[in-house]
Amino acid sequence: MKTEVHEFTAVAPPSHAEDTLAPIWTKVRACMQCGTCTGSCFNAHAMDITPRELWRMVQLGLKDEIFSSRTFWLCSSCYYCTLRCPRGLPLTDTMGALKRLAVSEGILKEKKSPRFYRSFMDTVRRYGRVREMEMMARYFLALKSPITPLSFTPLGIKLMAKGKVAPQMPSFSGPGKLEALYRKVKELEARS
Amino acid sequence: MKYVYYPGCSLEGTALEYDASTRAVMQRLGVELVDIEDWTCCGASAAEPVSYLLSMALPARNLAKVQSDQDGMDVLVPCSACYLNLRKVEDHIRKEEGLLEQINEVLSVEGLSYKGGVRSRHLLDVLATDMGPGKIREQVKQPLSGVRVAPYYGCQALRPYRVFDDPEEPRSMEPILRALGAEIHPWSMGARCCGAGLMTTKKDASLDAVASLLSAARGADCIVTVCPMCQMNLEAYQKKISRREGEDLSISILYLPQLMGIAFGMGDAELKVDMNFVFKPELRAKLASTASRSTRAA
Repeated sequence: MKTEVHEFTAVAPPSHAEDTLAPIWTKVRACMQCGTCTGSCFNAHAMDITPRELWRMVQLGLKDEIFSSRTFWLCSSCYYCTLRCPRGLPLTDTMGALKRLAVSEGILKEKKSPRFYRSFMDTVRRYGRVREMEMMARYFLALKSPITPLSFTPLGIKLMAKGKVAPQMPSFSGPGKLEALYRKVKELEARS
Repeated sequence: MKYVYYPGCSLEGTALEYDASTRAVMQRLGVELVDIEDWTCCGASAAEPVSYLLSMALPARNLAKVQSDQDGMDVLVPCSACYLNLRKVEDHIRKEEGLLEQINEVLSVEGLSYKGGVRSRHLLDVLATDMGPGKIREQVKQPLSGVRVAPYYGCQALRPYRVFDDPEEPRSMEPILRALGAEIHPWSMGARCCGAGLMTTKKDASLDAVASLLSAARGADCIVTVCPMCQMNLEAYQKKISRREGEDLSISILYLPQLMGIAFGMGDAELKVDMNFVFKPELRAKLASTASRSTRAA
């Protein structure tokens, strides 16, 4: 009687070499699903899928499932998972890579976070440093939401009362302090 | 002793008191701080989700400036996010082939180049390691006897790079606080995350994190911090959290150099303690009574 031999192989890499998920897959391919990351994550309770589940989805190339989750936007970069991962995987950096990919592929289930980071970096482009009130003004303009700014009003008032910040509207004309540097980064990224 | 000083953007805005108290206390300890001319943002936690190369080029720009003007000197960094970014670019340059070349191509537009090798040190590292409790105790004029302090370290001063403390159970603040005459509030929350930037984009998750910190600090007179983001998250939402939890969880939140400055006998104006959101009258009274006791003893 012939016994059928099942071949158990490691999960194959995403089928297309140009698959944008491939570099992320490479980072977590050695994940053994122990769940230490989830157990170490202070924000796991607020995530729709756990970090461990997210890494499994990356291993399986389940792009739609990955990007319909908000989990990676809830990473606050505390680096506990990176510190404790028994396989030594750069998990926090990989959360960052997923944020970038979601933005570059335009898969934006999440609206607020990308706009916040973008507003922040636009302020830095213009002045070289963050000006908190200018940055928040940009963020509110980008959100186009009349309600969100209200939730920040108490903090803004407290900060102004302490003389720490002054209201500032964003300026959009003329070259910024770090204009040349930002342009060069973009040029190099387009090349690779 | 001399360090290059990288304050970072927060210390020019929401954390003015951290900048003032750091400079004042370091001066008292006989340390000279050299400013970096024309420093720029390190990218905070916002560059990484936007562009990897930008998240490397921004901190490298500052390190390149240090290398060209003050080569060989350590950079003193009070903000944990800045500290992490400055360390991270060093780490990644060593591990990723071609990264330094790419960074230098970017920096060339500003006439800068970087070879790697500039060492960044967190303020707490310098205080705990280079200064040490002995040197700190020498400056104490008003011991903080009877003041119970919860040391809060946050994340990015400790992780992912193990430099000066245990990344899960940090203790480096304790000898400093004891040198000031203070008592340590026993808790296991020193290395827990405050939610950091999520307070802006995912408020509920961050409020949960801060609520558990404030609850665990019950019984302490204050929490001390070494990061502008931690400070802001811990101090700015106490009323909201107390309402939500149905219990008064308010507690004074001070930067470590502010508390040191108080023990050194420095004035409110120098330490800018009026800029703190929560510095409770109970703690002020306690500090005033230890101050008058030590004046009488002197």
